[in-house]
Amino acid sequence: MEAFDVALPALGEAWALILQPVVLGYLFLGVVMGLAVGVFPGLGGIAGLSLLLPFMFGMDPILGLALMIGMVAVVPTSDTFASVLMGIPGSSASQATVLDGFPMAKKGEAARALSAAFASSLFGGLIGASFLTVFILVARPIVLAFGLPEMLMITILGLSMVAVLAGRIPLKGLAAAGLGLMVGTIGEADAGGSLRMATYDIPYLTDGLKLVIVGLGVFAIPEIVSLLRQDRSIAKGSSLGAGWVEGIKDWFANIWLSVRCSIIGVVVGIIPGLGGSVVDWIAYGHTVQTTKDKSNFGKGEVRGVIGPESSNNAKEGGGLVPTLLFGIPGSGSMAIFIGAVALLGSGDIEVGPGMLKSNLDITYSIVWLLALANVLGTVLCIAASGGIAKLTTIRFTYLAPFLFMLISFAAFQSGQNFEDLLALFAIGLIGIFLRRFDWSRPAFLIGFVLSNPVEKFTNQAFQIASFRFRESFERGIDYVFSPIVIVLIIITVVSVILGIRQAKTIMAEGDVQSGSKRAPLVFLLVIAGYLLFALVNANMIPDYNMTDKVIPLVVGGLSLACCSILLIQMMRRPEGDVIFADKEIAGEDADAPYGLWPTLAWFAALITATWFVGFILALVGFLITFLRVRAGCGWVKTLALTGAGIGFMCLMAGALNRDFPPGLLQGAADLPWPLK
Amino acid sequence: MTISSFVRNAVCGLVATTALTAPAVAEVDFAGKTIEWVIPFSETGGSAKWANFFAPLLADALPGKPTVVVKFMPGAGSTKGANWFQKQKYDDGTLLFGSSGSTQFPYLLGDPRVRYEYKDWNAVMASGTGGVAYLNADDGAKFDGTANALKDTNFIYGSQGATRLDLVPLLAWQMLGMKVEPVFGIKGRGDGRLMFERGEATIDYQTSSGYLKGGVDLVEQGKAVPMMTWGALDADGNIVRDPTFPDIATFKEVCEATDGCETSGEAWDAWKAFFVAGFPVQKLAFLPAGTPQDVIDTYTAAFEAVVADADFAKISSKRVGKYPVFTGEGAQTALGTATNVPAEAKTYVLNWLKEAYGVELK
Repeated sequence: MEAFDVALPALGEAWALILQPVVLGYLFLGVVMGLAVGVFPGLGGIAGLSLLLPFMFGMDPILGLALMIGMVAVVPTSDTFASVLMGIPGSSASQATVLDGFPMAKKGEAARALSAAFASSLFGGLIGASFLTVFILVARPIVLAFGLPEMLMITILGLSMVAVLAGRIPLKGLAAAGLGLMVGTIGEADAGGSLRMATYDIPYLTDGLKLVIVGLGVFAIPEIVSLLRQDRSIAKGSSLGAGWVEGIKDWFANIWLSVRCSIIGVVVGIIPGLGGSVVDWIAYGHTVQTTKDKSNFGKGEVRGVIGPESSNNAKEGGGLVPTLLFGIPGSGSMAIFIGAVALLGSGDIEVGPGMLKSNLDITYSIVWLLALANVLGTVLCIAASGGIAKLTTIRFTYLAPFLFMLISFAAFQSGQNFEDLLALFAIGLIGIFLRRFDWSRPAFLIGFVLSNPVEKFTNQAFQIASFRFRESFERGIDYVFSPIVIVLIIITVVSVILGIRQAKTIMAEGDVQSGSKRAPLVFLLVIAGYLLFALVNANMIPDYNMTDKVIPLVVGGLSLACCSILLIQMMRRPEGDVIFADKEIAGEDADAPYGLWPTLAWFAALITATWFVGFILALVGFLITFLRVRAGCGWVKTLALTGAGIGFMCLMAGALNRDFPPGLLQGAADLPWPLK
Repeated sequence: MTISSFVRNAVCGLVATTALTAPAVAEVDFAGKTIEWVIPFSETGGSAKWANFFAPLLADALPGKPTVVVKFMPGAGSTKGANWFQKQKYDDGTLLFGSSGSTQFPYLLGDPRVRYEYKDWNAVMASGTGGVAYLNADDGAKFDGTANALKDTNFIYGSQGATRLDLVPLLAWQMLGMKVEPVFGIKGRGDGRLMFERGEATIDYQTSSGYLKGGVDLVEQGKAVPMMTWGALDADGNIVRDPTFPDIATFKEVCEATDGCETSGEAWDAWKAFFVAGFPVQKLAFLPAGTPQDVIDTYTAAFEAVVADADFAKISSKRVGKYPVFTGEGAQTALGTATNVPAEAKTYVLNWLKEAYGVELK
């Protein structure tokens, strides 16, 4: 119990530090700023923290920590607004929330979904902090036990969630995941630097596609376009059903699910190098597997919100372990956090291995400031959720132009290239067709998210394993089949078997009607064509760079095989078979008053205009034209809404010191910000 | 001109000019302005840390106390940001650019993505670092100041890529006759250290700040044995012991003591040239092409004031290590040292990259 003799006094000191009015004041300030930043999809904590950095120099450490942690902690809470209300995944941590959160909003249960999500976030954050308080003292050897084979297995466990989310035709889900994996390999390979589906003449592609863009493209754009075509409000019938009290009751009824998912969040969060990308999917998969009646998943099942949201705030706590113990940041915002801590006070606090020995009180302050910030943020969010949920009753045509504005800006922030907008549009198209033909979009996204880890860990683990095998057979076996790996293999196999059995009942896209053969077949051929091209492209990489080509070859080959089997099935089965699912045959999309292409043309027009005159000028034109022509507003309303939109955009971007996409005009003439 | 005489001239000039430059009295005033310091990396890297460290100090020292914000423009291994900076023209002196060894190496190796030319830019500040290589405890016991007993051991090393700063350690180990197999594709030296701590990698290197943060602790626990530093340059351009780690031998000493490793000739010259470009002059701050002299002088004076501050040595040794910070002309000379690698050194390294790792830059 020696550890506790050290820990308890330090814990007391930490609380004494935290519970000063001025510290709580700074924490509150940070929380409010974090909430404001987090509402912006795709921007998140990195932008906010960068903004705070200049003030950190020489600041009293505990005040600086309160400010920064307040901000970082609530970003994964407030980005839930975008995921639930608009179907826009704000960050990788809230992707799984979209699956059931957004359908709930469509049913008019936005407030219920939000408050269930926030209650789960809060609880997850607290569980995470309590767990960490004890765990951080003994975590070091456990973190070190997770070597490359273990990380590879966790990644594969994440990938196995595709089985649950594959949809009615498992082969389609597999092919979608394969396509996601292949899209994830685009660009310069990590290991040998070979180019896959990219050339140095298009520098944009050498860096690969960013998660923000793929997330927005796959989830947000198809939903925005579909709702805009139907010209209705997000909540069907413009009425709000269950309110926020209901959501908290839902959470309480599922408290054990929340506990389990929080623990999943902490445990996966502490493994450096995986970050948050898999946590919410593993939590979602677990939620599905432990729910008796699975028929509502994807259609607005509240458990599908509670699970991922419990895990994603707990993950933030878990992510502190590699950050504080090893000085290795688990995420981008943690990296800035480490840098900022070094600026605080006299600069004596150095995040890293020395942290537990010399600054245990500070360490505990960080853990519990995080928990406290979660509480503050959640209470504010729950208080606001009832009001903000009313957004879902507004006619969507009024919202859509501003959503196009937001996602374009978010996409541009990921790389600050005009190509970001083009990539968003291209991925958006893929997303629209995946949705239309009932190919699992979550599977595609999981594939994309895990593409880089799968490739990296496979190559590295293989290289080190063969090194060990050369030494002796036993050392090799010990390395590859450690107890952790074996446990993970068992979990993965069980989850795949359960997943395949259950997948048929989970219809993420709702009950899609089937129709004629032609359109689904054309889409399949396009996918297969891309896979084939990527396969040939990967095969052109010289053999000495085997590490760069083996994953694209294997994954591409398998996906192509799936496509071939699907092709044969499509040829043999009659029209109207479930394999020919097509949203344009019947249902909301088919009955929509507006067509797909005219609706998409609005977004294309915004991007094209941006290319000529830059983002802000293009936006002015876009908003006015859209509101006048499509929404049929009067001049007063049009100008007021346009002014509000542009003003909001400039205010946020100005405060966060962000640029807008420039166009040809900006290249020719020197304009003042925000026009430049 | 041989490499050593070249380095000597450059370093002499560098030392002389730092001593001579007097802070010019400038009429440039930045009151109410915002200076953007663009870093071609993401928020998470060492360059971000470096710029964030200097930014508030610089803001305080510039006339009119402007706001200095650090902006990040990552992409294409930092060549995207550098190519962008190449296209910027002088406007009102509110644009500053920071580059690092990762920007210098692609330039030196003729990476096809490089569309920038260091000679066009005006260096106003330069700072350096060192590096320490260390071994695991078992193999460290066999290390006796020479690598003679290590030549039969197979080592594994977590590497970011052979064309990055890792070129310097990989070439050094190869020259010592050691068999080091790099596992490519890790994201930063922190990940490399973690791989070493897990026992997956058996040899590692860290830059000075990384070694102080994580490596020293491992050595104290008996889990690692320091092998050598890359050294530092003295005024004559000779490699001497690193002032931050005076007790650890340099690669030069280990090489001299090891059979078959020579501190002259083609391989040595190439190693030294890339070491100089990657470590003693690792990070530079630039003003764009066409900047008038008075603006350059203003920045020079500001950076000099930063460095001259009584507390600077203390706080900077923790952040950026005990290494000289060059300003003004000194920075310009440092730039020359870092970006003029003789053709034969370049050819040697390109051939070695191709033969050892199959890496071709085209």
